[in-house]
Order: sequence, then structure tokens, then C-alpha cells
Amino acid sequence: MDRRGRFAPLGAGLASAASSIIAILVGLAVGFAILLATNPAQAVRGLGVIAMGGFNGGMKGIGQVLYYATPLILTGLSVGFCFKTGLFNIGAPGQMIVGAFAGIWVGTNASFVPPPLLWAAALLAAALAGTLWGAIPGLFKAMLNVHEVIACIMCNYIGMYGVNYLIKNSNVYDPLKNQTIDMTRAAIPKAGLDNIFFSLKGRFHDASSVNAGIFIALILAIAMHVVLNRTVFGYELKACGLNRFASRYAGIREKRGVMLSLAIAGGLSGIAGGLMFLAPAGGLHITVVETLLAQGFNGIPVALLGLSNPIGIIFSALFVAYIDQGGYYLQRLEYMPQIIDVIIAVIIYFSAFALLMRQAIDALRSRLNRRADKRARGAGEEPV
Amino acid sequence: MNNAPDNFIIEMLGITKDFPGVRANDDITLRLRRGEIHALLGENGAGKSTLMSILFGLYRPDKGVILKNGRAVSISGPNAANALGIGMVHQHFKLVHNFTALENIVMGMEPTRLGLLRTDQARRQVLALSEKYGLRIDPDAKIEDSTVGAQQRVEILKMLYRENEILIFDEPTAVLTPGEIGDLTRIMRSLADEGKSILFITHKLNEIKQTAQRCTVLRKGRSVGTMIVKDTSVETMSELMVGRRVDFSIDKTPAKPSPSPMLRVERLTVKSGRQQKPLVRDVSFEVYGGEIVCVAGVDGNGQSELAYALAGLIPADAGRIYIAGKDVTRSPVRARNMLGLAHIPEDRQRYGLVLDYSVEENLALKSYFRSPFQRRGFLSFAVMRAHAERLMRGFDVRAAQGPATRARSLSGGNQQKAIIAREISELPNVLIAVQPTRGLDVGAAEYIHRRLLAARDEGKAILLVTLDLDEALAMSDRIFVIYEGAFAAEFDGVKADARELGLRMAGSGKRVD
Ligand SMILES: Nc1ncnc2c1ncn2[C@@H]1O[C@H](COP(=O)(O)OP(=O)(O)OP(=O)(O)O)[C@@H](O)[C@H]1O
Ligand SMILES: [Mg+2]
Repeated sequence: MDRRGRFAPLGAGLASAASSIIAILVGLAVGFAILLATNPAQAVRGLGVIAMGGFNGGMKGIGQVLYYATPLILTGLSVGFCFKTGLFNIGAPGQMIVGAFAGIWVGTNASFVPPPLLWAAALLAAALAGTLWGAIPGLFKAMLNVHEVIACIMCNYIGMYGVNYLIKNSNVYDPLKNQTIDMTRAAIPKAGLDNIFFSLKGRFHDASSVNAGIFIALILAIAMHVVLNRTVFGYELKACGLNRFASRYAGIREKRGVMLSLAIAGGLSGIAGGLMFLAPAGGLHITVVETLLAQGFNGIPVALLGLSNPIGIIFSALFVAYIDQGGYYLQRLEYMPQIIDVIIAVIIYFSAFALLMRQAIDALRSRLNRRADKRARGAGEEPV
Repeated sequence: MNNAPDNFIIEMLGITKDFPGVRANDDITLRLRRGEIHALLGENGAGKSTLMSILFGLYRPDKGVILKNGRAVSISGPNAANALGIGMVHQHFKLVHNFTALENIVMGMEPTRLGLLRTDQARRQVLALSEKYGLRIDPDAKIEDSTVGAQQRVEILKMLYRENEILIFDEPTAVLTPGEIGDLTRIMRSLADEGKSILFITHKLNEIKQTAQRCTVLRKGRSVGTMIVKDTSVETMSELMVGRRVDFSIDKTPAKPSPSPMLRVERLTVKSGRQQKPLVRDVSFEVYGGEIVCVAGVDGNGQSELAYALAGLIPADAGRIYIAGKDVTRSPVRARNMLGLAHIPEDRQRYGLVLDYSVEENLALKSYFRSPFQRRGFLSFAVMRAHAERLMRGFDVRAAQGPATRARSLSGGNQQKAIIAREISELPNVLIAVQPTRGLDVGAAEYIHRRLLAARDEGKAILLVTLDLDEALAMSDRIFVIYEGAFAAEFDGVKADARELGLRMAGSGKRVD
């Protein structure tokens, strides 16, 4: 109950970061248990590899961490922004895929755009399509009071199947690989990052896929921080999230807030999709399969671990991408790829869950305090 | 074995509790005798709720010990308190909003058989309890649809249902009508006669006079002393508490109403979502600038819904509402506010405050979007801070860490003062004040009454909705009695007679049509 009281000297921010770090350690411990169960002989080495994360691969590995963190920062912001408004955006996978397709289609077909700007036009299309896809559950919630989780899940599937259909019936389809074509002309620029994050294989530059997308993600995170903490709009949205009765009382248009925050969240996820899939030959492509994008769902643990704080989300996205890279290098040991996926997912999700159980940790702490009190006071205590 | 001298059931010895920026309890000693009613008196923010929360295990004291029957006990939380036979009625109710009254009362103590809930038995027990103590509730009403008064009764029944031997009442009478207060004090006395020991917080000195044997006075976190109530005058008690004499008399000049009404209501009808029976039935009245019009009534007769409908928080089903001559029946809240409507809501924590916002953010809740608070979409925190500092000084809002304090950590009375400060400072044309002095200490209540009268004399139209007869009589120029959703009588504020008013509120006598 007096959590704030005890932590105050530390500062609330630091206390929150501490709880996130504890949560991560819990996640790693559970991951280690699975490593032990599946392959005891290599478990310790395996944990080492995971903990080394992106550093396993030298500069290229670090670049890959940044590359994979890019969409995670954005989906984390997307989910976290809605958390601040009291909404649960579980629709990031759908918003991402819709955004990605719009980006790819524009990148392929918008021949009137001068080539150096093509990627920007494509990214803008991705943002707009994502915004639209986020606004739909927002509309349903505001007008018909349909819970956003239901509408978001439906939009995820409609988005995924719809995009599969559209890919197959448009000129962005590569039937041989059953995926979208290479986005050579509309690829996100490297901005020189490939000259920093590479590994040397003999005389061959093995460059990481990292590109200017990471800068875009960082800028948007900072912008989000400013919007939430400095603007009238942010004040209204947070008020809705904290107490919707009081915000109605204050004359804040709650429905408008619900719609706008889901639309903005959709836009962020759409950009995440664009940054991920506007990639040349070596990068990621949308494959025509019936699964929702993991990067979308991973926005949820990222937002939780970052406590919905835009700056915190940058760090938690980096952490998740880092552990993910650790999983990639775990293939060097004798772990099956499926098991690796499980282990990584377990670490990420257990970290997030551990954070949700912060109260349990707090309870433990106050029990320890109490025991200390008891010792100090000595005997004569009646057991309760 | 009972080695406690003088038969103290609870002794809180040298209790100290620090919150960031404030020592809420400073070396307080309080001894509760078995079977006594012990009042706790103190200004807003004096530390009463904190001390009682410590006894109930919600906070750990930084220093001091608690003895029960002379033995030290460690109260680690509400469950431990319950195990020790300690129950508490909280100032800010701890009820689950989307549960019914019945579910809230039996929660955690549900009678079961073979693991199955025995709702019928629980219902019978609760209804019997409600009957026995005269605490009217609708067992199936959801808390979120209930008035604050109804929630208070549920909160009291919830504690009584648990059959504890030590009962803490933290301002249980702040939202009850005089009749209910009479019932409650009777209940407390009979509980004490049964051997239960009661701690009772109230700001109403006559209630202390009527019920308590002893009274401990707190001031700024320290205990000023414990006195025998029957040997102490009301004046002495209030002087001890505030540190100065409190002038209870209010002198009121005759009203000078404006030529045209600021608030006009025509045949307003409000229905609730579920019930078809209207909560407000065909109500018409006007409030002119420069007068205070009171809506008096027993809780649950539609006055809450009337106020919410006027403020635009629930829709009107029929009729018209005009503010400063403009029809606002269908207007959103913001439009009404811009026409000069201010509203001190009945439920301060639900509507009045964003508890996790700071005091300064809360004080800007009605003005953040206007210049100079807003510039090109950005908030000016400097303006917000200056505004907050001014209001906090003007209305004596005490917050441990100044304007940056979370509203949640303010004492109940200081939360109320913050809301009043914000609403009065909006320079309204029309102020709807619903139980404005709920939970204020006598000094603060007196001050707020003066401010309301000053606003009236400046020409504002004030609609006062209150359950407190004394307040209605002291403040009003005209009084409407609301009964079952309709206006049952109108009185002249000066000539009104308390007894007759009380009778009309209880529903006797003919209606005006
Ligand atoms: N949870 C909390 N965190 C920080 N400060 C608190 C907290 N609870 C109370 N305080 C501070 O402790 C002091 C005492 O508050 P408390 O609620 O005990 O007052 P009170 O006597 O019950 O007043 P009231 O009559 O207004 O209810 C106040 O200054 C308040 O701001
Ligand atoms: Mg209190």
C-alpha cells in the first residue's frame, strides 16, 4: 500500500526500471529451466549464448539487434500508447500486415514518385493503411461499444487473409517463393549503417540488415513521449485512461479520444510493418502463410516491460530483440529450432508476466521488512 | 489472561508514520476501552484516517506498537486485522464497482455448502441485517449505479456483516441524512452496549456529543489530548482541534436576484438505463443570479440524478434545460461549462478528480485547454503550477509535496477543498454544488460556506444539493424538497422550519403541483 512511500527516495523511474530488471531475471531463470529440461549437457552454455544475445555476432550481431528492435519499438509504442488511454490494442499484427502491404504496393506501383523518395511514399502509405486499420476497432468501440480486443482480433484475421489474397492477385507476388517481391527500388535507405555494423568474412563485408528505420523508430518514440507528457492531447488521453468518469466530467470527448488513440496506434504499427518489409533481396518479405506476425504480438510484452513509457519501450524493445538474436545463435548448439522459439518466447513472456506480478514481489518485500521490524523489537509478539 | 490495566482492548502507543513530505502521525498514543465509543477529531489532514489505516493494517507504522488486550500484535494487512476482530468503514469506500451491493457485502465471507455459493442464505442474512439496523439498500443494485449515500450504507453493512469486536468508522455520516445519522448513532450505541468497542471519526461535533464517551483530538499529526466528552463543550473541542475559535453563525444579507434566471429547468424527466420508473419526474424551477436555491431530500430521491443531468453527465429524457438563456438540453459537457456551468460533484473520487494526476493537473481539469494553460497545443506547466499555488493558498488545500502531490495521497477533506477551489475559481454563472462540505472540518466548512455566499453576492446562481438540513437552512434563499423524484414542497429559506422541512423530506404532507 505504501509502495510510493518506501520507494520515494529512489525515485519512481528508477524503481520501475528495477522492477523491469527483476522481471527479466525471472524470465531468464524460466528459460534456463527449459534449456535444462531439453538438453542438460549444453544448458549452461546455452544460457550463456542467450545472455550474450546480439554480441555473439560481433558488430553485425549488434546491427541485427537494432534491425529487429525497429518494428518492436513501434509496435511497443502502439500497444503502450493505447495502455495509457485505457485501451488494449491487440491488433498490432493486423495493422502491421496491412501497412506493409500498402507500403509494398505503393513502392512497386507509384511510378510517378521520383525514385529517391519512393521509400518515403511507401512508408507513408504504410502509416495511412495502419491508421485506417486501427481506426476500425476504434470506431466500433466508440459507436457501438464493442470491446476493442474483440474488434482488434477480428481485424487481425481479416487483415492477414485479406493481404494474402491481395498479394496473390497483384503484381507484388513472387509465386516461386510464395512471397512478396524484392523491394529494391523502395527499400529503406541504409544511411551508412551498413558501413558500421558488419562482420568481415575474409575480405567480404557481411553487413547487417539495419537501416534508417531505427532512427525513425527512435524519433517517433521521443515524439510520443512529448505528445503524452507535454500536450493538451496527451493530457486528455491520459485522463481518459486513468478515470473516464472524471474525463467526461471535465468535458473531454472520450469517444474521440478512443478513436484517435486506436488510429494513432494503428499508424505506428503500420509504420512498423513498412520498415520491416520494405526490404531488398536479403531482407524480410511477406510470405503468404496463415499466421499472424509475431512482431505485432511482441509489442505487448515490450509495452509491459517498458511500463508503457515511450523511453522505457525503446529499452525493452532492444532487450527483446537482443534475446531474440541470442536465440538465433543458439542454433550453434544442439537445440532444435522449435525449442529455441519456445525458449525465447518463454523468456520474453515470462518477463512480462513477472512484471504483472509486481504486487507479489512488493508483498514479499514488505514481509521481509516486517521480519526485520520483528527482530528489532524482540520477543513478545503475538503471531497473527 | 488479561493484564491490561483499565481494560483497554486496543492501545496504540507512540505511533509515528511518515509520508513523503509529511509526518502524518507523530508519536500518537490512543487507548480504546472495551465497550466504549471513542471519537477521533481533527482538521482535514490531521492524520485521522492514517492512524485508523494503521490499526486496520493498511499502513505499517514507522515507529510505535499496537497492543491488543495488553499484548503486542503485528497487523500485516486487512486479513490480519479481521483475524484480530478489527473491522473498518473506509472514508473512501472500498467497494467493487461492477458488483452488486449484496456481493460486496458478503465478499470473502460467502456462506457456502459443498463449495457452492449459498446466495439465498447470504441474501437473507444481509436483508435481516439491513432491516435490524435500518440501513436501506437494494441488494441487487450495482455499486456503479448507486448514489454515494447508498454506497455508504453498503460499506457500513459490509463491516457489520463481519461481526468484529473492534469497529472503526471513518466519517460514516458525511453523506447520510439526519434521520439516517440518528439511526446510525443508535446502532453504534447498541453495538457498544453489546460490548463492542468503537472508534468513530466525524467532523460533526454534536454527533460526538450524542454518542462518544471519550474523544481524542489530533492536530497536524500530533495528539492534543483525550477528553471526557460530557465534561467538554463543543466550543472547547473545536478550539482544541483548529487552534482558534470557530464562528458558527453565518450572517447572510437578503438575496438580490438577477432579473432573468441563470438556470432554468422545464419539466425535466430523467430515467435510469434499466428501470422504467423515472428518477427525476417532471421537475421545473429557476435559479436566478445572486441566490442560493437548495434541493433538499433524503438520499435516493433523485437529487443526484438531477444534478448529473444538469451537468450533462446523464441524458435528460424529457424537458428542457437553459443556462444563461441558452437551451443546453442536448449540449455536451464542455459546451455547458463554456456557458459558465461549474459543478462540485457528489462523488469526488469518481467524477471530481483524476486521482493519479497531480494536484496541479487536477486543478486545471476545467481550464487546461484554454489560454494561457494551453499554447499551440502544448500545456504550460508553469501556468498550471502558478494557478495551483494560488488556489491552494486561497482554499487552504494542504498537500504534503505542494502542487506536484498526487491527488490520491491527499486527505479526503483536502481532495474536497481542491475540487471546490477549482469550481469556484472558474467564475461560473451557475454553480451546482452537491454536498459541497462533505468531509470538511468545521473550520473549512465554515470557510466554504462564506465563499459560497460571497459568490452568491457577486451575482452567481447557486444550486445547492444537500442532505444536511442545517446546511440547507443556513445557506439557502429558497428550498425545494425533492421526494421520489418530484418537487414536493417549496420553502422560503429564511422562514423555513426545520421540523416541517424534515417531515416533507420524509414524504408526508401534500405535494405542490
Ligand atoms: N497514501 C498517502 N501517501 C502520501 N501521503 C498521504 C497518504 N495518505 C495520507 N497522506 C498525507 O497524510 C496526512 C494525513 O492524512 P489523513 O488522510 O490521515 O488525514 P485525515 O485526518 O483523515 O483528514 P480528512 O479529515 O481530510 O479525511 C495528509 O497530509 C495527507 O496528505
Ligand atoms: Mg480522513
